[in-house]
Amino acid sequence: MSSKFEVRRQKRKRNKEAENSARRVAIRVVLFSILFFVAFSFGPNRQLDSILRNPYSELISLPAAYAAEIPALKGYINDYANMMSPSIRSKLTNELREFERTDSTQIVVLTISSLAGQPIEDFSIKVAEAWKIGQKGKDSGIILIVASQERKMRIEVGRGLEGKLTDLTAGRIIDLVIKPRFKRGDFNGGFVAGVAAVIDATKGEFKADDAITPQKKKSFSPLFTILLFGGIGLLIMGSFSRVLGGITGAIGLPAAAYLTAGASIFTLVLFGILGLVMGIFLPFLFSGMGHGRGGMFFPGGWYLGSGGGGSGGDFDSGGGFSGGGGDFGGGGASGDW
Amino acid sequence: MKKVVIYVLGIIAVMGLSGCGYNTMQMNEEAVKAAWGDVEATYQRRNDLIPNLVEVVKGYAKHEKETLQAVTEARGKVGSIQAGANVVNDPKAFSQFQEAQASMSSALSRLLVVVERYPDLKANQNFRDLQVQLEGTENRINVARTRYNKAVQEFNTSIRIFPNSLTNSLLLHLKPKEPFKAEAGAEKAPQVKF
Repeated sequence: MSSKFEVRRQKRKRNKEAENSARRVAIRVVLFSILFFVAFSFGPNRQLDSILRNPYSELISLPAAYAAEIPALKGYINDYANMMSPSIRSKLTNELREFERTDSTQIVVLTISSLAGQPIEDFSIKVAEAWKIGQKGKDSGIILIVASQERKMRIEVGRGLEGKLTDLTAGRIIDLVIKPRFKRGDFNGGFVAGVAAVIDATKGEFKADDAITPQKKKSFSPLFTILLFGGIGLLIMGSFSRVLGGITGAIGLPAAAYLTAGASIFTLVLFGILGLVMGIFLPFLFSGMGHGRGGMFFPGGWYLGSGGGGSGGDFDSGGGFSGGGGDFGGGGASGDW
Repeated sequence: MKKVVIYVLGIIAVMGLSGCGYNTMQMNEEAVKAAWGDVEATYQRRNDLIPNLVEVVKGYAKHEKETLQAVTEARGKVGSIQAGANVVNDPKAFSQFQEAQASMSSALSRLLVVVERYPDLKANQNFRDLQVQLEGTENRINVARTRYNKAVQEFNTSIRIFPNSLTNSLLLHLKPKEPFKAEAGAEKAPQVKF
């Protein structure tokens, strides 16, 4: 009698245990899904999508880029056609740097020897789209482009400056200021006077922000999103087995770093080791906290996940010269000499 | 156990909504609309320049009534066409818009050819200013059209690739959008008659 009762009690107990573990699984699953959802709603999905879905997108657009052959942005003065003397180059560089410091308007000069048969307007907008001169939001960029063989020039004006430096003004600067000097062969004088005229025309349109160095807006980078995903994948894999988690971490973290920033081999190896360690210990920590209260467990996984993001942070801070994300809409004027 | 199944299904649904490209397609459609806004604005800019241009040319080239009239008529036609973001979704309205703008372009280029015969007009500062503005506007139109086509291409691709195409046919029912085609007659230069 009593043994029968005992058996039934044990059965009930086992049932209860099974129910408990099922509940634990359910809680974990729900938390995973919350993490997942958070990752999706914060990250810039489009960027991530395009990286994940179409890793060759840059290869596909290569032919167009190849035809244009956009020169690298080296500084304020990009004198690829050797039209200026070194002293003028450094003088103009200082002038333009000072102007950007006070007015935040970014003016860049590019000379090339040949346009390779394409109209200067087409070339110019491609350069503008690639260099993104000017600050994001203000669209405060100007590019003065000169093609020495074709004897053509263009002032490409960023959207934010179209009101001050209208097509008409740009056209007058070309016709009345630069052209006559270029015609005489006085390229140095043409560039100096042209740049001065452009500065005069755009002075006062914008003011530099309080911070002198243009602050990059901290947004959620694709790296952050990928790391969150990776962390979730890692936890799932790790809850099956520690080895699986380690492997996932060792492969996933460097892959994420490579996809988003194209890190060097050394950093990739470093990330691999970091990922391996994370893959082994993260799920351990996670499930260890899982035995406690549900509230405890969420921050644990969260902070570790974003901690990885911090360590893999800024790849692109090269310290070199770059545009600020300014947008161009085809404003400006062209001319020849 | 039943609860677990429900939870799992819930997650799959959430993941599905993000992974199926629903958001991507919506974003791409908005990008097309924004690009269309730019296209319209640049064409409008050209339209606004035309009365001034006609006025200045009239002063010097009174005998070119026909050409001037063609420009004015084309402008009227462009103005009568209803524009707006919904043009993007209506292939008929889109082709109408494109046609009207193309006839405007050809009337304008004929006018500029005619002007070559009037050296006084060409030397007029007013006219030269207008010409610079017109060139700038044409360039802006070009840029806006190219960007619109790019946005359309991205959108059309995004509704055709696999998981998205399923979502689209089930939920969104978005139709592919028309890109700008090269303008008919743009390849041949306008004729100069003497």
